[in-house]
Amino acid sequence: MQALYGQLLIGLINGAFYAMLSLGLAVIFGLLNIINFTHGAQYMMGAFCAWFLLTKAGIGYWWALLLTPIAVGAFGALIERTMLARLYKLDHLYGLLLTFGLALIVQGLFRNEFGSSGLPYQIPPELSGGLDLGFMFLPKYRAWVIVASLIVCVSTWYVIERTKLGRYLRAATENPALVQAFGINVPRMVTLTYAFGVGLAALAGVMAAPIYQVNPLMGADLIIVVFAVVVIGGMGSIMGSILTGFGLGVVEGLTKYFYPEASNTVIFVIMVIVLLIKPAGLFGRER
Amino acid sequence: MATAAALAAMPPRDTHRRMLIATVIMAALFAVAPFVGIYPVFLMKALCFALFACAFNLLLGYGGLLSFGHAMFLGTAGYVSAYAAKGWGLPPELAILLGTAAAALLGVVVGALAIRRQGIYFAMITLAIAQMMYFFYLQTPFTHGEDGIQAVPRGKLFGVIDLTDTLTIYYVVLAIFLIAFVFIYRVIHSPFGQVLKAIRENEPRAISLGYDADRYKLLAFVLSATLAGLAGAVKAIVFQLASLTDVHWSMSGEVVLMVLLGGMGTIFGPVVGAFVIIALENYLSPYGQWVTIITGVIFVICVLAFRRGIVGEVSAWWERRRG
Repeated sequence: MQALYGQLLIGLINGAFYAMLSLGLAVIFGLLNIINFTHGAQYMMGAFCAWFLLTKAGIGYWWALLLTPIAVGAFGALIERTMLARLYKLDHLYGLLLTFGLALIVQGLFRNEFGSSGLPYQIPPELSGGLDLGFMFLPKYRAWVIVASLIVCVSTWYVIERTKLGRYLRAATENPALVQAFGINVPRMVTLTYAFGVGLAALAGVMAAPIYQVNPLMGADLIIVVFAVVVIGGMGSIMGSILTGFGLGVVEGLTKYFYPEASNTVIFVIMVIVLLIKPAGLFGRER
Repeated sequence: MATAAALAAMPPRDTHRRMLIATVIMAALFAVAPFVGIYPVFLMKALCFALFACAFNLLLGYGGLLSFGHAMFLGTAGYVSAYAAKGWGLPPELAILLGTAAAALLGVVVGALAIRRQGIYFAMITLAIAQMMYFFYLQTPFTHGEDGIQAVPRGKLFGVIDLTDTLTIYYVVLAIFLIAFVFIYRVIHSPFGQVLKAIRENEPRAISLGYDADRYKLLAFVLSATLAGLAGAVKAIVFQLASLTDVHWSMSGEVVLMVLLGGMGTIFGPVVGAFVIIALENYLSPYGQWVTIITGVIFVICVLAFRRGIVGEVSAWWERRRG
């Protein structure tokens, strides 16, 4: 039973990252119509940024949580302004190709600098240790990751679905020309949206740094799983992305317990099944 | 992914003759290449990738479908033919045939799934299924995991042609490449190819004209997968190796790059793209990660400034000069 709860916990942690990353992808896709292949590399940059802050500047985890998304998000805004903005009138696939190229560059540069072995990142002292729940041992940091990512996801949902800013965003997703005609600066909103999505990936990277090792390739394979998560959930709904992310993390954790050989592939198999039954995705709409 | 400019500038009969001449020149160049000091092993590698890229271009350039998982067909055919040649001791022609058939079968299954969604989703689905296949080949015993299937015997083609001789196998690979190349050209200019282009340009309209778009797309996908499989099967026999590299996502990205760089939707573009990239990798291989970085940079430049690719730009320049 201990092992089962342990795998469930790992599943929830992975699910938290799937949720945060697919949420960012969905927000970006909604407004820019671009699938951000650099998302995995930006998640990795988040983890490295936190590592840099700690080892080179002595700035700890809590400040990293705030500073890293801003730094990596600014990098994202720069990419959007200088490169992605030239592609909006073209076929959407060019955005995918461009961001794929950028991911190769970023990952290659980091591998040149740091090799492919991982760098350790200490769990902040406030969150080290754990709680004995009687039926299992719960490391404090892991509990924090699940709670924090839930808060981040739900607040993103709240901002997009319940505030005025979110209303502008959703309106621009439906019809950018009309929103611009009402005097909203849509290009700026697009830049900020991309930066926000990227910042979310970076935040996930900081939270992942103490759990997984900080490694130049940590985002490369993850992004493919997140793509499958996005196909399963469909990018139509914010809440859908969150639920699918956590749900699939748990399913993956359970598979690791009951049938470990399939744990790498279970999400892809689910994707195939969903495509057969409901091609638009669980929460998606046909467009 | 329209390259309408390249297509619009094509008066049919004249083009066929020019293409024929260009193909003959290309064949002649390849035929003499080993005698002017170009290493045959490099040429064979480039030819295998050129075939792979041509197969991919059939789907992307003419069908408008971006598959981001085409390595699964290259790799599957490679594993099956390597196993057939080594494990079962089959002659090379049967091994290649079996490998190609396996890729075709996989193409039917994956194609039927992936064409249920379009555009960006299509790319993500093919990528995800390819990743699933990667994990399958990583775990299943017959592929020997990280080691791959090594020391695959080349054997004797049809029992008479000894493939252990480098120059002999080079001409066999060249013959296979040229046959496949001409076949792809024929497919593109057949009524089937025209309908495919029509679907790429405007799918609802093609459907309203009575064409079953899904069937055309599936057939294009299967054809592309089969030819990619042929490339993988030949590659496995030539290099006597089938390994995980050929099923990894970076290989899928590489073939996209070859087609993008050479010129999407052009006949010779993928060949040019494949040769440039393979040559680049050859020269840069001692510099580790720089291959990845430069690959990424070429991607970015192609997308931002150079969308017609080398062949597309050259033919556009040619058309402009002729007025």
